[in-house]
Amino acid sequence: MKEAEIRKLLAANLLSVFSVVLSAVVPAFFWDGFTVLGTHLAWLCICSVCVSTLNIILHLVLKPNLSPKRSSFAHKISRFLKCCIYFFMSCILFHAIIVLYGAPLIESVTETFLFAVLLSAFTTLQCLCMLGPNIQAWIRVFSKNGAMSIWESSLQITTMCSILGAWFGAFPIPLDWDRPWQV
Amino acid sequence: GMVSNWTKIPLPLFKKVVIVLIDALRDDFVFGSKGKQFMPYTTQVVEKGTSYSFIAEAKPPTVTMPRIKALMTGSIPGFIDVIVNLNSPALLDDNLIWQAKTAGKRIIFYGDDTWVKLFPKHFLEYDGTTSFFVSDFTEVDDNVTRHLDRVLKREDWDLLILHYLGLDHIGHMTGPNSPLVGPKLREMDNILKKIHISLLSKEEASLPNLLVVCGDHGMSETGSHGGSSAGEVHTPLLFISSAFEKRSGPLTHPELVQQTDLASTLAVGLGLPISRNSVGNLILPVVGGKTMREQLRFLHLNGFQLSRLLQENTPVYEKDPGYEHFKIAEKSHSNWIKLYLEGNNSEILLNLGKKVLKQYLEALKTLSSSLSRQVAQYDMYSMMVGTVIIMEVKNTSFCEKAKCTNIKVSAIFILFTPAFLLPALRLVSFYILITNDLNNSGIIVHCASSNVSTFSVRFTYMNIQVFICFHHGYIFFCLQNPVVSSSRWSEVDVLILAGTIGHVLSLGASSFIEEEHQTWYFLINTLCLVLCQELCRNNFLLKECDPQHSTTVKQNFDSIGETSECENIDILAAGDSKLGKATSSAEFIKGSDKWISLASPWIILICCRLLRSLNQTGVQWAHRPDFGHWLTSSDHKSELSFLAAVSLLMIFFLVQRRCSLVSKIAMALGLLGVYSYRAAIGNVIFPWQHDSKDISKGITEARFVYVFVLGIVFTGTKDLLKSQVISADSSVKSTGLWEVYSGLVLLAALLFRPHNLPVLVFCLLIQTMMKKYIWRTLKFDAAQITVTHCWFGQAFFYFQGNSNGIATVDVSAGFVGLESYVEIPAIFLTAFATYAGPLLWAFHLLCYLSSEVSRNSAAVGHGCFCYALMRSVPVAIYIVLVTGLRYHLFIWSVFSPKLLYEGVHVFITATICLLFTAMDQNHSHKVQD
Repeated sequence: MKEAEIRKLLAANLLSVFSVVLSAVVPAFFWDGFTVLGTHLAWLCICSVCVSTLNIILHLVLKPNLSPKRSSFAHKISRFLKCCIYFFMSCILFHAIIVLYGAPLIESVTETFLFAVLLSAFTTLQCLCMLGPNIQAWIRVFSKNGAMSIWESSLQITTMCSILGAWFGAFPIPLDWDRPWQV
Repeated sequence: GMVSNWTKIPLPLFKKVVIVLIDALRDDFVFGSKGKQFMPYTTQVVEKGTSYSFIAEAKPPTVTMPRIKALMTGSIPGFIDVIVNLNSPALLDDNLIWQAKTAGKRIIFYGDDTWVKLFPKHFLEYDGTTSFFVSDFTEVDDNVTRHLDRVLKREDWDLLILHYLGLDHIGHMTGPNSPLVGPKLREMDNILKKIHISLLSKEEASLPNLLVVCGDHGMSETGSHGGSSAGEVHTPLLFISSAFEKRSGPLTHPELVQQTDLASTLAVGLGLPISRNSVGNLILPVVGGKTMREQLRFLHLNGFQLSRLLQENTPVYEKDPGYEHFKIAEKSHSNWIKLYLEGNNSEILLNLGKKVLKQYLEALKTLSSSLSRQVAQYDMYSMMVGTVIIMEVKNTSFCEKAKCTNIKVSAIFILFTPAFLLPALRLVSFYILITNDLNNSGIIVHCASSNVSTFSVRFTYMNIQVFICFHHGYIFFCLQNPVVSSSRWSEVDVLILAGTIGHVLSLGASSFIEEEHQTWYFLINTLCLVLCQELCRNNFLLKECDPQHSTTVKQNFDSIGETSECENIDILAAGDSKLGKATSSAEFIKGSDKWISLASPWIILICCRLLRSLNQTGVQWAHRPDFGHWLTSSDHKSELSFLAAVSLLMIFFLVQRRCSLVSKIAMALGLLGVYSYRAAIGNVIFPWQHDSKDISKGITEARFVYVFVLGIVFTGTKDLLKSQVISADSSVKSTGLWEVYSGLVLLAALLFRPHNLPVLVFCLLIQTMMKKYIWRTLKFDAAQITVTHCWFGQAFFYFQGNSNGIATVDVSAGFVGLESYVEIPAIFLTAFATYAGPLLWAFHLLCYLSSEVSRNSAAVGHGCFCYALMRSVPVAIYIVLVTGLRYHLFIWSVFSPKLLYEGVHVFITATICLLFTAMDQNHSHKVQD
């Protein structure tokens, strides 16, 4: 049982990595002039869509969280709507935090927002898939020793690392390697 | 003076020379669109007249005094000159003015009195204008121009130097794009026209006259100078004389020359020996009208002087490519002379001469570039001694703290520290004397600046060390205090450690120093988010543990969705080490207070974001439009007035709550005085005043405020002394401290530019919020609170608009309420205004910690130690890094200004630590009683 779980988890994470790599490579075959840096807006879109769809598909296929009781259709719909609202709110919140960190408020607002969406796709969406729109479960998972299964610890680690990665990503901003040297 | 093997110095080429130096004249003010629009006469002369135009490149530091030195001696001054820029001593190096005076030239000077200080007895007649009233745009220039008509009629002078300051002042106050620049340029154009016409009319058959127009440095896009951006280093250089050929053909872009080239060129033009230390090249077109033989001779003189300078400075000068080139050129020159004397006067000779000319020019260029490279020579020995001492002091203090031994050891240590430091200090000062001596005697050694700073740093270390020893008994190693060491490190501790290490490491990269403000903004933002997470955990998890509250939590779920979500996404590391601690310290906070405390990190974040867009600083994005420039532009005076008034009002409300009645009244009157001072000097307007006609220096108003500052500080000090002598309750002491603090706030309000007043408001606001809502809930220990204050202090240093470049120091703060330049108050006020952010935060820390004495008796001592440690570790490591990077390309433009800033900051830290110790002493006395 445990072995199978771990194998599933490994496959899921490998697929996620693969989808990110593919989102950077594959569009270049269909679209002339596509590069990750050159057309960064498009790449941000493609990458977040890829990761989101993959997450949702994985969730539907693997069903890591055991939800034994059958719920009604209306309940499912409301759950889904709640998830959408939460996702949107997390995008807005990330956007606000990025702006507070110094991103321009009006200029390049699309870039900022797409970055927020990408970050949400890596963090909030996973949580929503795994735990549903249940705040108490979230708090439980993200407090110390709160993870009950390997799925939840994996969720903990990936979310943390996504945010830390975004945080470390700001480090090269002051470097002036893009400009000619001046004395 | 330097005499070549042609013993006689050539005759002068020009009879009268007028040098018009316009301070902060940027190249595009003459050659760009502004020049075409506002300087029609000059443009016409440049395009069609008998003139040569160049762009002269100034070396950083682009500050007036070193630039004047460069123009007149042809050498490259170092960063030490920035410090003495405020009070320039007489120039002892060989220079053009001295040579001219010795040759019997009569020199007249009008303008910036820096010249009068540099060349005290050289001028036949002079009228110096002090350059420090930056807000004065017209009087400084009228003071020069009023002599012009009279002096142009006279015949009793040979060299006239005019130094106009108005443009620089306009740049400082309003920037290069302000509407004031145009009229000023037009005024300058009219002056140039007047001088040129008068020179032409006086010309006799014998010798032509020369008019030189130049700038000492340019200005950056924000209007300041001191750094090395393109706008700051590129200045126009015009030679206008009837001796030159009329410009014909299409207009080409002016050629780039060095600013130091002017000294050699003028020396040749006036028939003087080229000054000894000049690294400049003769600008050939200026002597282009002469015969080939004469031109070659001038070049040979210049090359001879440069190669002599090289011989004096390097033992292996013979292997230098410049020297080799020069020798080759000299040989072909003598061959040419032979041919010439043989009477061979054909076309071939001319072509041959041109070839020799080219060889000479090449040699000169190589010579001066290798000489410029020579400029930085380091006194490695004294630098190493300094570094070793610093590290040793640091290590000893660390060991002491870690061991935390008894008082006897520390007593021995107190005796021992000065004992082993004093001889070392004497050694170092001896080295400084030697290097200064070398400087004066002419060899260009510039390690003095680094010496002075390391010296100051070293000295202060000794101070800190001694202070720390005094309250040795209270001190624990920063992160080893009982609370933290018993459990795992919390996120805040991890962030503090990682942030400090990261910042120190980033000091090794020039870009990170240039953009250091971003590091601090980033760190305080993260700190706020971590604090927010900690607060959420305190508020929600605790409630959930408590079964009684679980129902209310459930009811509130929908409304708190966002907040708890932020907790989830902001967690940096899993773990809830603080849970136990927090449970024990949990207070039942009332509902509204709880929400305010949860919202406060977000409010602080928003405040920081607003401040960030108030002043763009650094290098890369400094040109971006910011709110501060929008406010200071003359169109938005009413907005600025409104903002200033609101800010002053807010300052009053934030400060008054803990003051006594007398101080409250004094504070209110003082802040009114601040506004009327700003109105008097024309920065802001009163609502009833519609035309700003009478602009004064605001001496009365500023002194009125000073009286209140002193009054408030005095009352506070009286309370402090009272609490010490009659051991009254601690409330008297904390009131006293707070009053001193509010006095400092009032002083800062007076010295800050009006658009920076919101910085002060937000500083007070954030301090209040942290104190009331964050620390009260979180129960952090002194170390964490100290580090937070330290980081915020650093961030506010940059929020004020400071940077790690010299250009952003607001010198005008040193002249608030002073009639003329008085050294000590001016330095004190400038330093206070520059470091107001870190100073106010440190003082607030003192206020806070000493008001918490009842809860934690060792808090002040512990805080002091952490503060000293937080400030001294980066400085010590930075000094090591700079020593290692001394051959870095940006050592003078990036690393040394930062070293100066750090040196001054360490002095301020030492003062703060002294205050801390004094407060702690009081307390320890009481405990012993």
